[in-house]
Amino acid sequence: MLNYLWAGMILTGIIYAVVTGRIPEVTNAAIDSSREAVTLCITMMGVISLWSGLMEIASKAGVIESVSGKLRPVLKFLYPDLPAGHPAQKSIATNMIANFLGLGWAATPAGLKAMEELRELEDDRRAGRTAGPARKKGIAGNEMCTFLIINISSLQLIPVNVIAFRSQYGSVNPAAIVGAGIVATAISTGTAVIFCKIMDKRC
Amino acid sequence: MNVFLLLSDFIVPFIIFLIVCYGILMKVPVYDTFVKGAKSGFLTVIRILPTLIGLMTAVGILRASGFLDFLAGLLGRFTAYIGFPGELVPLTIVKMFSSSAASGLLLDVYKEYGTDSFLGLTASIAMSCTETIFYTMSVYFMSVKITKTRYTLAGALAATGAGLAASVVLAGMMVS
Repeated sequence: MLNYLWAGMILTGIIYAVVTGRIPEVTNAAIDSSREAVTLCITMMGVISLWSGLMEIASKAGVIESVSGKLRPVLKFLYPDLPAGHPAQKSIATNMIANFLGLGWAATPAGLKAMEELRELEDDRRAGRTAGPARKKGIAGNEMCTFLIINISSLQLIPVNVIAFRSQYGSVNPAAIVGAGIVATAISTGTAVIFCKIMDKRC
Repeated sequence: MNVFLLLSDFIVPFIIFLIVCYGILMKVPVYDTFVKGAKSGFLTVIRILPTLIGLMTAVGILRASGFLDFLAGLLGRFTAYIGFPGELVPLTIVKMFSSSAASGLLLDVYKEYGTDSFLGLTASIAMSCTETIFYTMSVYFMSVKITKTRYTLAGALAATGAGLAASVVLAGMMVS
């Protein structure tokens, strides 16, 4: 899927550029973007390391334990086949909370860790050590799909960036969209949950 | 409004304070622990770097070729029928790939139509209830070598679509 998507983006881009005569722009974009990715990673390295370090403290101090304990009913509902006490629960809870608060940088390391732990869950299932549908290597498990769909449905309660941009561009009431934003986020996340529940039942 | 801006100014230092303070209270060797966590974060970034280079290059090529604008123009004609303003199609499509590029387009919308117009409000709400689908999917799935993503894309698009529809309706309610 991702292989085709990626190839599709590059091939469509180049063919379209040939047709519209924008090949020089594409050349520049290809080189600039790869450099931009490295620059972004260098910037990210600082922030992500900072948050990973802080999360490690929070985890050692037991904060994450207690927070994921409070989220347990939610996690149980969203991931019915995830065994109780599985390490992925903690990472998923951390990721969700960081997303709620709009701390994208803190959400990423926890999210990647959650994926790692969900992969181990799949490994265990293939080996028959854990209950649940076993899938071939390289195929996403139901938990992975649910996790990503809910992540992409956006959980952020207060869109700090949007408010900042609005005030920068002279809005009389930059935060006026907060209420509507929460409703819209609830609708998109609600749709995501219903979708995952239906798919979860079917396969 | 200032409450929110104030809140956003304070939230990061406040959370850092809380974590460090709580760590000390629970007798965690905070600095050692921090360094250990930071190291794993550092390695995480190194691990996703190749994925990002691949993704950003592909997005860069697609944007520079003008294909995204073409696609947006094409879709804009259709979306007008179902009530979604065509002016916002480029923004919503770009947002699926890149958050920073979408910010640039969001500012264009503000400049062109004003922050509190129907389009400005719709764009504001849409940006706060949608995420970068392809970026998130490729970084997260590639990090664990998943190539078959099954129904993830369909679910992500369904959630995004619902969020966009809600944005139009809510903005309409705010304007009238």
